[in-house]
Parts: sequence; C-alpha cells; structure tokens
Amino acid sequence: MTTVTTAPPERQPEALESGVSPAREGRGSRLHRLLGSIPTGVLWALVVLWTIPTMGMFVSSFRPEIEVKTTGWWTVLPDPFPDNQTLALLVALAFIAVVVAVVGLLARLYHHLGRAGRIALPIVAVLAFVGLLVASTDATFTLENYRQTFDASTSDSPDMWQHFINSAAITVPATVIPIAFAAFAAYAFAWMDFKGRDWLFVSVVAMLAVPIQLSLVPLLQLYVGGAHVTAFGETITLFPDLDLAGTTTAVWLTHIGFGLPLAIFLLHNYISSLPADLFEAARIDGADHPTIFWRLVVPLSVPALAAFAIFQFLWVWNDYLVAATFLGTGSADAPMTVRLATLSGGRGQDWHLLTAAAFVSIALPLAVFFGLQRYFVRGLLAGSVKG
Amino acid sequence: MTAVTMDKVTKTYPNGVTAVADLDLEVADGEFLVLVGPSGCGKSTALRMVAGLESITSGELRIGERVVNDLPPKERDIAMVFQNYALYPHMTVEQNIGFALKLARLPKDEIRQRVRNAARVLQLEEWLHRKPGQLSGGQRQRVAMGRAIVRDPSVFLMDEPLSNLDAKLRAQTRAEIAGLQRQLGTTTIYVTHDQIEAMTMGDRVAVMREGRLQQIDEPEVLYSEPANLFVAAFIGSPSMNLLEGTVAVDPGGGNGAGGGATISLGEQSLALPASVLAERPGLRAFDGRKVVVGVRPEYLGDATLGEHEAPPDGARLRGDVELREALGSELLVHVRTNCRPAVTDEVRSVAGEYDAAGVELLERQAAGEGAMIIARFDARSRARVGDVAEMDVDVERLQFFDPDTGDRIAGEVPTAPATAQPAPESEPA
Repeated sequence: MTTVTTAPPERQPEALESGVSPAREGRGSRLHRLLGSIPTGVLWALVVLWTIPTMGMFVSSFRPEIEVKTTGWWTVLPDPFPDNQTLALLVALAFIAVVVAVVGLLARLYHHLGRAGRIALPIVAVLAFVGLLVASTDATFTLENYRQTFDASTSDSPDMWQHFINSAAITVPATVIPIAFAAFAAYAFAWMDFKGRDWLFVSVVAMLAVPIQLSLVPLLQLYVGGAHVTAFGETITLFPDLDLAGTTTAVWLTHIGFGLPLAIFLLHNYISSLPADLFEAARIDGADHPTIFWRLVVPLSVPALAAFAIFQFLWVWNDYLVAATFLGTGSADAPMTVRLATLSGGRGQDWHLLTAAAFVSIALPLAVFFGLQRYFVRGLLAGSVKG
Repeated sequence: MTAVTMDKVTKTYPNGVTAVADLDLEVADGEFLVLVGPSGCGKSTALRMVAGLESITSGELRIGERVVNDLPPKERDIAMVFQNYALYPHMTVEQNIGFALKLARLPKDEIRQRVRNAARVLQLEEWLHRKPGQLSGGQRQRVAMGRAIVRDPSVFLMDEPLSNLDAKLRAQTRAEIAGLQRQLGTTTIYVTHDQIEAMTMGDRVAVMREGRLQQIDEPEVLYSEPANLFVAAFIGSPSMNLLEGTVAVDPGGGNGAGGGATISLGEQSLALPASVLAERPGLRAFDGRKVVVGVRPEYLGDATLGEHEAPPDGARLRGDVELREALGSELLVHVRTNCRPAVTDEVRSVAGEYDAAGVELLERQAAGEGAMIIARFDARSRARVGDVAEMDVDVERLQFFDPDTGDRIAGEVPTAPATAQPAPESEPA
C-alpha cells in the first residue's frame, strides 16, 4: 500500500505499460513485511503460551476450595454457549486474539510514555483486565486461600510468611556476598599483575565444572564435623567444626561457594573488556587500585553486576536441593521451595493452598525481574556490542 | 627547571623483543619535543616509560633533578593525553577534568575554580555537565587536554592525540595545541607518526626507527640535513627522490670547472662543480664507488622555464611524465627516468610503512622499470602526461649518502675521526 502511494504519479502509467503493476510491487513488499514479522509473532505466541499456566495458577489461587477441586480455572470465563462446545471454543480463541491485539497496542503506547507512565500502564492494564473478568463472570473469588497460606496458628499450618522470610534470609547473603568477592577477584585477575595469576584463574574457572550433587555429602560432613587430616598420629584441623548442620548459614555458604566461580568468570570477562587506556589515565591522575576499583570499575560494571545478581538471585530463590539437604525438609528455617514441596506432599489434597503459596513464592522474583530487566538484557549483551 | 633526560634508556620485553634501545634524549625546560617514526619504532614505548606506565629495563630517566625510574606515575608530576582520550564515560566533563584534583584531596572550591579556568581556556564551559558520550570528537579531545592542563604538571605527554580527528579539525587542533603549549610554557613530549605534525609543532623533532634514535634536531635542519637515509626518506612530503649513482672525481684542476666531480645515474649524469665537493669533502673518498643521491622535489625545476638560475652545464635529468598533479600553486610531476632507485633497508622500511605494495613497487623500479622521480614544478609549467620532461637540478642542494651505512656524506672522510660537525651549510628549506 505505502509503496503505491509513494510512487510518483506520473510514472504509474509507464509502470503499467511495462507490465509491472504498482499493485504487484505493493503485494511483494507486503509479503516481505509479513514474513519479516513472523519472528516477532512467534515470540508473542511463546509469551502467551508461557503466561497461560501462570495466569491459571493466579486465577486458581483466588477460587474457593470446592471450585478449585471440581472445575478448571478457565471456567471462570463467562461461557456464552454452554451447549455448543465448538462455538465456545471459537469465542475463546477470538477473546485471546483480542487480548493479544490490546497488549500489542499497549506495547506501542508504552514507547511514548514517560517514566511514571511506564510503571503505571502495566498495573492499570492488569487491574482493568481483572476487573473486567470479575465483573463479567458469575464465578466467586475469595482471598481465603491466601489467608490460610499465611496462617501460623498451629505448628502444622503453612505459615508462608515465615518461609518467605527464610528464603530472603538465604537469598540476600547468597547474592550480595559472591558479587562483592567476585568483583574484587575479577578486577585483580583482569588488571593486576601477580605471580600465578593465569594458573589461579584457570583453576577458579575449572570449578564451574564441579557438579553440585557430587559435593553434597562432603559438604555435609564438613558442616557437621569440620575437616581433619590425621597423619603420623597428629590430627590437623583444616576446617573447624562450626556446627553448621541444619542452619541457614550452611545453605547460603554453599550457594556462595557454587556461585563464586561463575561470578568471577562473568565479571572477569566484562571487566577485562574495559579499555586499558582508562586505567592508565586513572593511574596518571593519581589513582591506586582501590580508587580505580571503586571509582571506575564498579560504576562501569553495573550492567554486569546486575545481570549476575539476577541470575544468582533466581537460582538461589528457586533452589530446592541445597536447602533440602542441609536444612532437612521439615525444618522451621526451610525456604519456601522446601515448604511448598512438603505442603503438596502432606496435603496433596489442598490444591487451593498450593496455588496461593506458589504464587507468593514467585512474587518476589517477578518483582526483581521487572525491576532490573533493563540491566538483565544489557548484561547479557555485554561485550557483544561495543558501547 | 623541569627538563626530561633519558640516559641510555632501554626497554626489553620478557619475550626478548627490544622496543627501545639505548635512548639518549634531553628535553629542555619548556621545550616542545616531537617523537616521530613509523609504527613499531618504539616512540610510544619511550613515552610510556616517561609516564611510568611501562617499566624501564635499564638506563636512567630523570624529570627535573629527580631520577624517576621506579616512581609510580602519580609521583612524577606529569599529565598525559591518550590517543583515544580515555575519558571516564560515567563522569561529566567537569568530573573528568577535576578527577585528578579530587584524588589529590584539594578543597572543593579550588577544584571548581581550576576546572572552570581550564574549561575557559579550552572553550568547554557550556559542556561541563555533559558526559563524554554526548560530545563530538573535537570536544572529547579538548576534554582530554583539559584533564592534562588542570593539574599544571611539569611535563605534558601526548600520545598521538590528533589521530582520531578528521583532517580539517586536525589542522586546527594542531595549531591550538602548539599555541597552548607556548602559552603555558610546559615541557612537552609529543608522539606522532605524522611527519606534518612533527614538522609544524615541534621545537625539535626526534626521529626513531626500530627502537633507536636516528636524529634529533630542529625541523628545518632535519629537512635540509638529514643525518641518514632513513630520516631523508621519512621526512618530507612528497619524499626525497633517492637514486643510485657512481662518483667520479675529476682528475685535478685545469679546465674551467676543474676540481669538480661527475655523478653517473645509469645513462644520465650530473656534473658537480667544485663548490659542491668543497662543502662535502667526504665525497672524495667515494671516488669510483656507489653512493645514494638524494634530491628533494623542489630542487628539480622545469628546464623550459629556467626556474633555477643559470644551472651549470650538464645538471639536468630527463624522463617521461607519467602523472601530473596540479595543486594550483605548484605542479607535482611524476617522471619515469632510466635511473636506478636506491634500495636499502632504510628506504624499504619507509616505503613499506603503510603498504607492502610500496616495497614491491620500489623493487620493480630497481629491477628495470626505472626510478619514478617526483618533481615540484612551477605552476606555469606546461609539462603534460606523455611528454619528455627536462629537469634542471639544483646540484648545490643534492644530498649524498653512504649506501652501506646509510649515513649522510658530508664533512670529513668518514674513516677519519670527526673533528668538526657536519658542514654548517644550513640553507633554509
């Protein structure tokens, strides 16, 4: 269409005579544009596909116990043709198409908004959607599931708030400490000359290959009794018995250990790609290593630091294996992942609680992701494009 | 008094490569010294050793009275401008310029005052709150200069600071930097591979090749009395024509032009009057031997115009015009002669500086194509492509070089101990 209108009018007859009609050209470029939009279309389809289960869980978490157990979450959607399955399916598909179109329009609008608008728009959109849903349906919604999830009255009750705190108590040190250590180490590996630097760096990176399952038993032994070597009747203590078994400390210590090699590797790659001139200029300006680190490396590495922080945060927050091994599944200090598992095991019948609890457990990662996604993308692209 | 003195300074890398060998250099207080040479000649390494960014393998480096071999950069009282400017991308222009002062823990008011002053000198005042990413190349370059001058150091070091600017801006900034240096009177060492920068900016110019100093002198002297073939070939644009010739000293006085000599260049020859030989007594030792004859394009004139007054008989070269470049004010004519070009290591390394094809071209000329000579004719010349050009040669300005050592043949016979400096014939170029 656009190519037709942009063609100079006086040239159109000529084009017709030579057999190349403008309409034909238009069709060709339209096809080209259509094909070009396929990858974006596929991406949007994937986004919808992957969001549906989360949405289902979200909807279910607000439904009364009886309904969760008897009907699917999609039944909350008004059914205009209860007797005709085919028509109902068509309407559902049309509804999805409308939702996708609206989301697409909102995404376009998003680019023209200021900072406040960009935060407000998704919230308003979600609220409007939920409001529309609640208004148009005759299904009942309740906060009862959430009330029960946070209930702490008996020792057997879910007490999800406590476990949320537990998760945070593990995740925060397990994210912050390796970043701090790894940034120092990465700077030293990248920009300080010392003996055995390459050898040491290779051995740190080699630790990336150690499978976590392999080290569970040795680590457990370390936490229970420390590490000792007995030779010629003398016992040398390599690691004292700190009585860490069953403590939160044991869990985040382990996460730090397994997070550090990757953190050092990632940050080293980023920091070593900073231009050498910059460090030389700083040295001439009178900066020593600590000054260079704090005033140049840290501010310039924010994208890489944030990207690793997101990775490590998600990995620790979602971890089940390490927590279950070092804390035990019944511990009061257990993080939400472990509690969720016991919740479904002990009360397999309580789906309605499980949905609410699961949603509580993904709330923080979602917030972190949306808060830092700008850095997430930038950090992943780090090094591939010269800024 | 902050002279910079390098005394047999050597840099050898752990892999055995010697970047700078026995460099003796003295930069006087307030002097603008340019280090020039082809890439890889060690000029940047020498500068970085002065800055303290590169360790010194042996020798002694003094800034003022202090030996600074082992002092870190910040204790040397120097400032450096980098080729890529090395501005801190996350800081504003003001923070960039004031960074060194901040690290020196100067009071905030003073930092502010000094940054403003530097910004005023460099016309950066309205950009103080921008970040480097928002500035143009020329502005970034000025910020880098600002970062250097704000500290009022005793020595400025500049590592090809203009190479990232486009040609027009470069010419302008060249003048600005030279003017600023004269105004501040700070000792400056300036590294470049661009000989135009070297000739126009430096009080003195040091030419380096393969880690060794070739010659250090004022630009005019470098041009008119190059110490060796390398300097002769490197300095000047278009560069000096270098031909292979054989000397025949006339047997004793007698007829009119007695006491002179003849240089045969293939099938052509040039007669040298006695005065030429008198100024270059060393040439007598080459009687019957090969020398390299160097003639700058401006000393070749169009014979039909009679540009050079009364050229001595026989001081002519001829060849076919293959290319003419009219520059308006003058005419550059590329003439194919049947002479043989001089091909030595020095000439080769200059020819191959930017392009390996340059060396190939030179070797083809030596193998039989004949040397291509560039002459700078008066704009009135009517030389056309395809013509045979007759060129008057100003034989008084010819340069002769020993093809084996590459040294200029000037004063005494080279084997005798030098009693005097090279003949002080310093004619302005």
